[in-house]
Amino acid sequence: MSTYEAGQYDVIVVGAGHAGVEAAYAAAKRGAKTLMLTMNLDMIAFMPCNPSIGGPAKGIVVREIDALGGLMGKVIDKTYIQMRMLNTGKGPAVRALRAQADKPLYIQEMKKALEQESNITLRQGMVEKLVIEDGKCQGVITETKALYRAKSVIITTGTFMRGRVIIGDISYESGPNNQRASVKLAENLEELGFELVRFKTGTPPRVINHSIDYSKTEIQPGDENPQHFSYETTEAITDQIPCWLTYTNENTHNIINENLGLSAMYSGMIKGTGPRYCPSIEDKIVRFHDKPRHQIFLEPEGRNTEEVYVQGLSTSLPEYVQREILRSIPGLEEAEIMRAGYAIEYDAVVPTQLWPTLEVKNVEGVFTAGQINGTSGYEEAAGQGIMAGINAAAKALNKDTLILDRSQAYIGVLIDDLVTKGTNEPYRLLTSRAEYRLLLRHDNADLRLTDIGYKLGLISEERYQRFEEKKRLIEEEKQRLQEIRLKPTEQLQSLMEQIGGTRLKDGILAYDLLKRPEVTYDIIDQVCPPELDLADDVKEQVEIQIKYQGYIVKSNQQVDRMKKMENKLIPDNIDYDAISGIATEAREKLKKVRPLSVAQASRIAGVNPADVSILLVYIEQGNVAKVSNE
Amino acid sequence: MEKDTIAAISTPIGEGAIAIVRLSGEEAVSIVNPLFDGKDLTNVDSHTIHYGKLLDPVTSEMVEEVMVTVMKGPKTFTKEDVIEINCHGGLASVNRLLEIVLSRGARLAEPGEFTKRAFLNGRIDLSQAEAVMDLIRAKTDKAMNIALKQLDGKLSKLVNQLRQSLIETVAHVEVNIDYPEYDDVEEMSHQLLREKTEEVYQEVERLLSMARQGKILREGIATAIIGRPNVGKSSLLNALVHETKAIVTDIPGTTRDVIEEYVNIRGIPLRLVDTAGIRETEDIVEKIGVERSRKVLKESDLILLVLNYGETLSDEDRQLFEAIKGLEYIVIVNKTDLPQALDIDEVKRLAGNQKVITTALIEDKGIDQLEDAIAETFFAGDIDSGDLTYVSNVRHIQLLQQTMKALEDAKGAIDAGMPIDLVQIDVTRAWELLGEIVGDTVQDSLIDQLFSQFCLGK
Repeated sequence: MSTYEAGQYDVIVVGAGHAGVEAAYAAAKRGAKTLMLTMNLDMIAFMPCNPSIGGPAKGIVVREIDALGGLMGKVIDKTYIQMRMLNTGKGPAVRALRAQADKPLYIQEMKKALEQESNITLRQGMVEKLVIEDGKCQGVITETKALYRAKSVIITTGTFMRGRVIIGDISYESGPNNQRASVKLAENLEELGFELVRFKTGTPPRVINHSIDYSKTEIQPGDENPQHFSYETTEAITDQIPCWLTYTNENTHNIINENLGLSAMYSGMIKGTGPRYCPSIEDKIVRFHDKPRHQIFLEPEGRNTEEVYVQGLSTSLPEYVQREILRSIPGLEEAEIMRAGYAIEYDAVVPTQLWPTLEVKNVEGVFTAGQINGTSGYEEAAGQGIMAGINAAAKALNKDTLILDRSQAYIGVLIDDLVTKGTNEPYRLLTSRAEYRLLLRHDNADLRLTDIGYKLGLISEERYQRFEEKKRLIEEEKQRLQEIRLKPTEQLQSLMEQIGGTRLKDGILAYDLLKRPEVTYDIIDQVCPPELDLADDVKEQVEIQIKYQGYIVKSNQQVDRMKKMENKLIPDNIDYDAISGIATEAREKLKKVRPLSVAQASRIAGVNPADVSILLVYIEQGNVAKVSNE
Repeated sequence: MEKDTIAAISTPIGEGAIAIVRLSGEEAVSIVNPLFDGKDLTNVDSHTIHYGKLLDPVTSEMVEEVMVTVMKGPKTFTKEDVIEINCHGGLASVNRLLEIVLSRGARLAEPGEFTKRAFLNGRIDLSQAEAVMDLIRAKTDKAMNIALKQLDGKLSKLVNQLRQSLIETVAHVEVNIDYPEYDDVEEMSHQLLREKTEEVYQEVERLLSMARQGKILREGIATAIIGRPNVGKSSLLNALVHETKAIVTDIPGTTRDVIEEYVNIRGIPLRLVDTAGIRETEDIVEKIGVERSRKVLKESDLILLVLNYGETLSDEDRQLFEAIKGLEYIVIVNKTDLPQALDIDEVKRLAGNQKVITTALIEDKGIDQLEDAIAETFFAGDIDSGDLTYVSNVRHIQLLQQTMKALEDAKGAIDAGMPIDLVQIDVTRAWELLGEIVGDTVQDSLIDQLFSQFCLGK
């Protein structure tokens, strides 16, 4: 194979999906000369599945990406057609934003953002091979024989690797949405010793807007005062577009049951493991057969398109059955399919092969991020993307790497879960995966991560100043409320009664008043307003930090305990076979995962407390030995 | 390193005249000091030993006379602050002390943990690292064996049921959070969560009370016999001892203090306190002095007060009633073979809720009624001693207590109107703690539950 020298870069990003774009942008912002290679430049940050971004846990990831200086939040804020705050009736830790996206516009805005970044070169091309010498990455070779050189390569190929689309008994090699599958690269990774696994996911049909009778459905409008993902967004989009809700019924379920044998999922055509949280409609009917109906959301795919996404109807049944199913549903009796739903199988990298920096353990300089690592979801992909970008640039430029721990970010939880535990189905973030979820709120993502983003060069000076100002105002206001003692005046007492609280027995610190569950910052504004009116996000922060202080302190104590173990590092050259007391199962797991710290080791399934104790003693022995040798 | 304070019994269990509970860690002194009636331990020289009384933190009553050794780090075995509480040997007292320090914030030490700390803090020579690792492995395996042996099938079944109930509740909360628009399931309300939490709480409470009853079964009901001279205390003692031939219980691992006599009443072991005193002098108060006898009385689980049917109630009898007020006792009106002089109605009035029975021990009459009364006092209804012994492991008891605490926190948070997702933190904690009893702490089961219980997806 004769190749030509096509250029020298610091970082090459293979793929331009949600992981790829964040990776390239972060690497470029860190100062790396970055090349982004993608099969199709018109499909940058394309959403092959649902037209929405955010939601519980995922929405917090978007805020974290923004706090680190990434793109997803900014771009969705410019392109949403609807914005909703979810879980407003619950505690602050689980509130989350979700946007309905304008898919084509999202692509345009994302492409523009990358084009405007001077350190990024965008190029169309399919990568077929990694160039590896002495276990180190040197660059990539494309289908058109271009050889691009770089010390760091980030692979973000999503579901393209040996992708196979299945609709009923029809199956063909393909990436999502009939794009080309990436086969040669999968073969090359196998040759290089990568352990791959076969996963499956799916998507529902799309129908045309004017074939839907919305009068038979329920409207799902956006919020009147939309909030935003990015801490830089100042203007709201006012003309929001609603979604619509309808339901399947007995008739729908009968059609599915009668045709179950034709579903690729049930005919044995699909070998890959699908995600439980994303079941196809046929899965739902089989597993929960006593449910009389299932929710179906009708979601517009954009302002300038008539396509409507039928959420809840992911399927691999034949196209004509899909049409029958649709037409059994109220509002969709006349529905015209524009694109059929399909299942897709693809190769993913077993993520325990990665360091927590997302660098592949066996091949220095190669990073993987996104769906290729066995995750599912745009946000999960983007969160890995930004981290891979930061760390790949670090590798190429000899800068500091960044690993977020489980108490710092959902992104930290996600990556730690992947590289420590692996996953046997496409991995989705859930709030319950985060043991410190009270600390990982969407409202404090900036407080958690802006400093880090700034130090990496991803946050502008101007934004950082604003952030510092916000922090100052929060602290000052908390201090002020500590110093104000409120007398139980008649006015205050009747106010308390009005909001359904109990009367005060005595004077009370404003700070303590705010601790009461029924008291919001509005009450403070009425009883003892600050000299200058504070911004809403400052008020919100003051209220949350004071009201949930007890729980926050408790969480922080847990974090401190974990950090102590997190700081016990395991030497890279440790020989687990030389440690006599460790149980066999634990030994095998440790050898495979190669945890960086004792805390990470303790999170591996099969590594028991006694193994951790023994490991600790062994490491300490090494440290003692080192000191006495010096 | 982990700086929390650990505690364990550091003498072989059930052997020797004294036993030692050892604590190591930053809070060793501050945990023990408030429990110690004696010198201020925060203010004594290191490596000194102090006599005093160890108090029950709830009732402030004396639990045990102890000698406490205070050793400040780094010149200790672990290089941390170490407290050693020396108490009377015997499983009951030393376990009680351990339970108390655990309830005040110490953590039960893992197998080999003192040695591990000694090593990690640089106290033990490098060449011994291998030995330390072997020790941890050996002790862990042994402790696992014991814990597994003591993990009764019924207990693990019950704990698993409780866990299932908790995880279904938690999954319900989680599905509301992660799928806010999923409408197949009603929103978990504070009221519903309160009910679910309360259910499990009650069960855990029941388990712990069974543990207490089980302890009685293992260690015997401390029983004191009191009464004026010549009312028939010795006859009672002899009747009990002779009547019941089995002196040992069928529960292994318990040691017997030589000065105590054990009798078995309907499968319930009675530990007759200070019987030697009774034999020699016929009068416990006379023999051991007033103060000591009060202590004996207070430490007794059961007091048998013997009166003479043939004599009127004396001032001394009334004083005895006064002395045992508030304690668990049975009044035995003996010598019904004599002509009646005693005012039974007055006796019943003085006894209040406590039982009064009549005997003629000299004719072997009334022993059956006494045994009935004892059995009823301690175990209302049918006793299945198998049920009562299955929570016996200190670790299990500690975990159950922590579970109760977590559930109490959850209930408190619900009552304070905290958001459900915060209440859920404590409910999940309870689920994890119960998991430690049965050896299942895998986090992913919540997610498994979520997706098997609810139909979710795009």
